[in-house]
Amino acid sequence: MSCCGTAPDFEEMNEVSRLVSGKLAAFLRTLRDNGFAVGLAEGQDAASLMASGYAAKPGLLRSAFKHLFSARRSDWQKFDGLFDAFWLGKRVRSRSLAAGSTKAANNPSLKTIQDGAQPGGSQSASDQVPSSEDAPSSRGGEGRMEGASRAENLAEVDFRKLADPEQIAQAHEAAAQLARIMRTRLTRRDLARRRGYRLDLRRTIHRNISHGGVPISLVKRQRKDKPLRLIVLLDASGSMSMYTSVFLRFIHGVLDEFREAEAFLFHTRLAHVSGAMKEKDAARALDRLSLLAQGAGGGTKIGESLQTFNRWHAARVIHSRSVVMIVSDGYETGDADLLGREMAALAKRCRRIVWLNPMMAWEGYAPEARGIKAALPHIDLYAPANTLKSLTALEPYLARL
Amino acid sequence: MKDREHIAQALAASGYIADSELATAIALMQRLRRPLLLEGEAGVGKTEVAKALASVHATELIRLQCYEGLDQSSALYEWNYQRQLLAIEAHRGHADTIEDQIFSEKYLLERPLLAAIRRDKPPVLLIDEIDRADDEFEAFLLELLSDFQVSIPELGTIRAVSIPHVVLTSNGTRELSDALRRRCLYHYVDYPDVEREARIIMARINGASASLSLQIARMVEGIRKEELRKVPGVAETLDWAAALVGLDVRDLHDAPETVHETLMCLLKTQEDKVRISREVSERILGKVA
Repeated sequence: MSCCGTAPDFEEMNEVSRLVSGKLAAFLRTLRDNGFAVGLAEGQDAASLMASGYAAKPGLLRSAFKHLFSARRSDWQKFDGLFDAFWLGKRVRSRSLAAGSTKAANNPSLKTIQDGAQPGGSQSASDQVPSSEDAPSSRGGEGRMEGASRAENLAEVDFRKLADPEQIAQAHEAAAQLARIMRTRLTRRDLARRRGYRLDLRRTIHRNISHGGVPISLVKRQRKDKPLRLIVLLDASGSMSMYTSVFLRFIHGVLDEFREAEAFLFHTRLAHVSGAMKEKDAARALDRLSLLAQGAGGGTKIGESLQTFNRWHAARVIHSRSVVMIVSDGYETGDADLLGREMAALAKRCRRIVWLNPMMAWEGYAPEARGIKAALPHIDLYAPANTLKSLTALEPYLARL
Repeated sequence: MKDREHIAQALAASGYIADSELATAIALMQRLRRPLLLEGEAGVGKTEVAKALASVHATELIRLQCYEGLDQSSALYEWNYQRQLLAIEAHRGHADTIEDQIFSEKYLLERPLLAAIRRDKPPVLLIDEIDRADDEFEAFLLELLSDFQVSIPELGTIRAVSIPHVVLTSNGTRELSDALRRRCLYHYVDYPDVEREARIIMARINGASASLSLQIARMVEGIRKEELRKVPGVAETLDWAAALVGLDVRDLHDAPETVHETLMCLLKTQEDKVRISREVSERILGKVA
């Protein structure tokens, strides 16, 4: 952490400046702990700023550092508090999430949800492949099941019936792998479809100089395909608790493998979790999420969560080739009409809405819940997702978009 | 330190009413030679910062508007194909000499990025709405912003004559890469507070008195607090102020009718218009001293 000791302005290192640079290094560490992306270059710049008189007034130094170290709005907003706490010794409300994430392993909220496997229920879970038109035909031929087949015996077991930890780990692994396969298939498809539609004059002329400038061999230009973007909204409420952990793992895989994906978690409010999910290590990612998922079990306000999404996130994360995937049982405890309105607004924005409802495969389930009734008219694909197999069956649907 | 105060004064002189932090940001930009990334809602005056900066440095403003599909040929340079084809036709038969000729400066079209590094006096390079460009372009830009040199296969490497002052703006329609964010200084441009907005109105609209400007700013602040789909920005405020001044309104309380009717300058969707009904606008007006 001696990143600032090498700054050019520190050639005549006296005792004072050594103290200051030590303190600065500690400050950088605090910032990193709080999720700031601070590199060596920033440390050096900071040191040179302090040396050139910015340290004379705390307000000035704060403002200068704020510009230097912040990289996004969330940084910008929490910086003043961190700065004051560190340099001026003021109390700050609380350390941010990232700082405490490693300790969260024994947090009971999400990780231990898996134990809740319940006996009883139906035997019919196995025969539920999505009811949509494309699922059956696409199984053969293309050999794309290589990932899931390793866990063949698990493929048709309802997630909530997974009890022994090893099976759960296997299911998690399979879910992550599934995400990986979906990704490669979707990209390959993109490439195969490319064909030029417009002349590339620059390359054409260059290539044809040897013909005296007569354009004989033409160089075409191709439109760049936008990669499919997947936006997952996961219901983390109590009624979904048996399924959340597997889906979280799936989402983790998706975020890791898709170039473009965003994830949100909701129960009574909405949380943007892409950042936490991008943690490479799945277990740590889940730990970080368990903090965000506080409030699990206190009812579901799907409508309000969607409203928040539409208002604050939709413009940023949705583009013309986006699929919104909502994983929820549709038990709305808030206003069902609001849910209908927000679903309509969302449908206008994105290419497809896929609603995955794990309960759908239960015997005798009918979409009676008020929430799901209000939402159904706006959904493009309504499918069960209670087994790995049913999750796999989604992929051909996504590939056609 | 001196430079910071100097910049604050120069900004004020150029007609841009900056908050105190922005002056720091611009001073840092000069000192650390880093680009400045401005984020904020649409219409808070991000682009204006670049214009003000250009007038502070009394230099040229070169603007690159980003859009989806923006590529090197419209951002960096392009060959003048028409002239090249003409030249080829005109010198038919001298194939070996023609190549050197048509790939020379004479046939090169400068686009904003190349132009910005070839000026003698460092210009202000405004890269507007970088979030609209593709990831690939962002990566390319990052390279340019760290090396300030461009290689053109037919001509060789062109090094920057002067390092431009680079300002990037983003509306947050796409998440920018961490690498780019780290490279830049960051400044979040927020809606101005009442007092600053009033000063902006006074500076920009001829004939807006101090009391009217303050009233307008307060009213706009009240409207921003309502649940709106599209919150009015500074540009909208200025439009509205110009409309009111044009209609010869001296005091908002004298003409509640006109106030309500001209709200169309601020409210840009049907839904918002319905939401700010006559009663609502009168209620907000009532709170304006």
